[in-house]
Amino acid sequence: MKRSKLGFWGFVLPSFVMFAVVVLIPALWGIGYSFTSWNGIGNDVAFVGISNYIKIFTEDGDFRHAFLFTAVFSVLVVICVNLVGFLLALLVTSKAKGTTLMRGAFFMPNLIGGILLGFTWQFIFVQAFGAIYNATGLEFFKNWLSDTKTSFFGLLILVVWQLAGYMMLIYIAQIQNIPDDILEAAEIDGANYRQRLFYVVLPLVAPAFTIGLFLSLTTCFKLYDQNLSLTNGGPYNSTEMLALNIYNTAFKYNNYGEAQAKAVIFLLVVSVIGLTQLNISKKKEVEM
Amino acid sequence: MRKRQRMISFVLTVIGLFLAVAFFSPILVLLNNSFKSLKNIYLDVLAFPTAETFITTNYPDAFEKLEFVKSFGNSFMITVCSTGLILVFCSMAAWVLVRYKTKKSKVIFMMYASATLIPFQCVMLPLVRLMDKLHMMNRPGLVLMYLGFGASLSIILFHGFIKNVPVELEEAARLDGCNMVQTFFLVVLPMLKTIMVTVAILNVMWIWNDFLLPQLMINKPGWQTLPLKTFLFFGQFSKKWDLATAGLIMCMLPIILFYIVCQKHIVKGVTEGAVKG
Repeated sequence: MKRSKLGFWGFVLPSFVMFAVVVLIPALWGIGYSFTSWNGIGNDVAFVGISNYIKIFTEDGDFRHAFLFTAVFSVLVVICVNLVGFLLALLVTSKAKGTTLMRGAFFMPNLIGGILLGFTWQFIFVQAFGAIYNATGLEFFKNWLSDTKTSFFGLLILVVWQLAGYMMLIYIAQIQNIPDDILEAAEIDGANYRQRLFYVVLPLVAPAFTIGLFLSLTTCFKLYDQNLSLTNGGPYNSTEMLALNIYNTAFKYNNYGEAQAKAVIFLLVVSVIGLTQLNISKKKEVEM
Repeated sequence: MRKRQRMISFVLTVIGLFLAVAFFSPILVLLNNSFKSLKNIYLDVLAFPTAETFITTNYPDAFEKLEFVKSFGNSFMITVCSTGLILVFCSMAAWVLVRYKTKKSKVIFMMYASATLIPFQCVMLPLVRLMDKLHMMNRPGLVLMYLGFGASLSIILFHGFIKNVPVELEEAARLDGCNMVQTFFLVVLPMLKTIMVTVAILNVMWIWNDFLLPQLMINKPGWQTLPLKTFLFFGQFSKKWDLATAGLIMCMLPIILFYIVCQKHIVKGVTEGAVKG
């Protein structure tokens, strides 16, 4: 092909200019802002060194709580979502009937926006659970979302419900890639279902687990919409996750500089997760 | 042995259907209550509406309060325009990034790949300031922003696909006198159909449901998208579950219909996006 410089840039620039304007420039600018006292309103932006970072780690209990909450919550979500997703994938690839319908139902929550899902579950937890409590008197259904524990589990149920179907799709793709003759050979050799699952299916699905684990981890780490519409961080900020904490620091308390410093820490954590994944999948490729 | 297999299949089917209903139940509860008056919702959420208590007035009420036609129109136009721009400009960029095997191409592609790690909260504050200065805090501006945010994943997906498209056809077209633009739009583009569908589906789902970016950029009367309007609606009518349940069902309906119509493409697109993105 004849190499035309003009052609190259003509094709690359339209998307690249917008990418630079909304991602690259603000990201670099934002790192700069994290060292200032920017309040978002005036133009008086004073350089304050690393004092925002010091403040976050020493004075800001809410941030520490949001960080720990996000980490613990994400680990729990990752375990539950992948376990449920994998079991659902086994179920819909089994000999059961009506699996197309099941797939549709399991995946559907994933399509609906987080804001709608949060409000839907608010109705379920507060109104429907309340009605069940009134009818049966079971303590379990009492006052959901009004204390720390039920708010935590409420958010957990919502996210697992939403993401399990997504993980299921990834595992289905991998399970269907397993050649039938391998499974048949194992069956003829006398392997029972449990043995086939643990010694044939699981090792062959392993690459998908890397994808599933990290995808659910990063999705959960960045969670915002569901957090906002289900609990809005309440009660008493106990369910406030990182993204919501950053938003509130900026727009509720007008500490833009501090919010930006938190965002930089957030970026570092997400990057470490991303690079770990890259390393693991590269190693796997070598082994195979 | 046959009998045992049939038994297993039956048990699995029952478990599966039970789970499917359980997964769907929050929406069924919502649907059930959207046909009741507020008083009857508070009386018993779980009861079905009887012939006397069954009402449909919640829907027109919510329709009006949500300014459904306006909000739906905004969401629709923004989603369609953004996805259109992304499809054209990102496939163009990915094509030259694959075909020009230079250092520049490599660097630009690496930038897109590493940008997938940047969380939105990291760019959010300076972005608002920058967009304000550029006078882009309006609906066309938002469409352009989606092109910028969608570029990373879309270009990665196109890039991976085009790498496996043979170059011979393009060379033949060039020999026949096609210029670069003609080669791309007449020869390359028709070969990208399958990946186009995948990229389109992923972007539609994300842009349609996106909340934070429109909230920051176009939160003005008349411009609001469906998720934005739903959020405001809840702020205003937080305890009015009769309107809220009907409103939620109405907002879910378009995406559920979309899913029913192109289920196969959506499943394929989402799986590919997850595995290759």
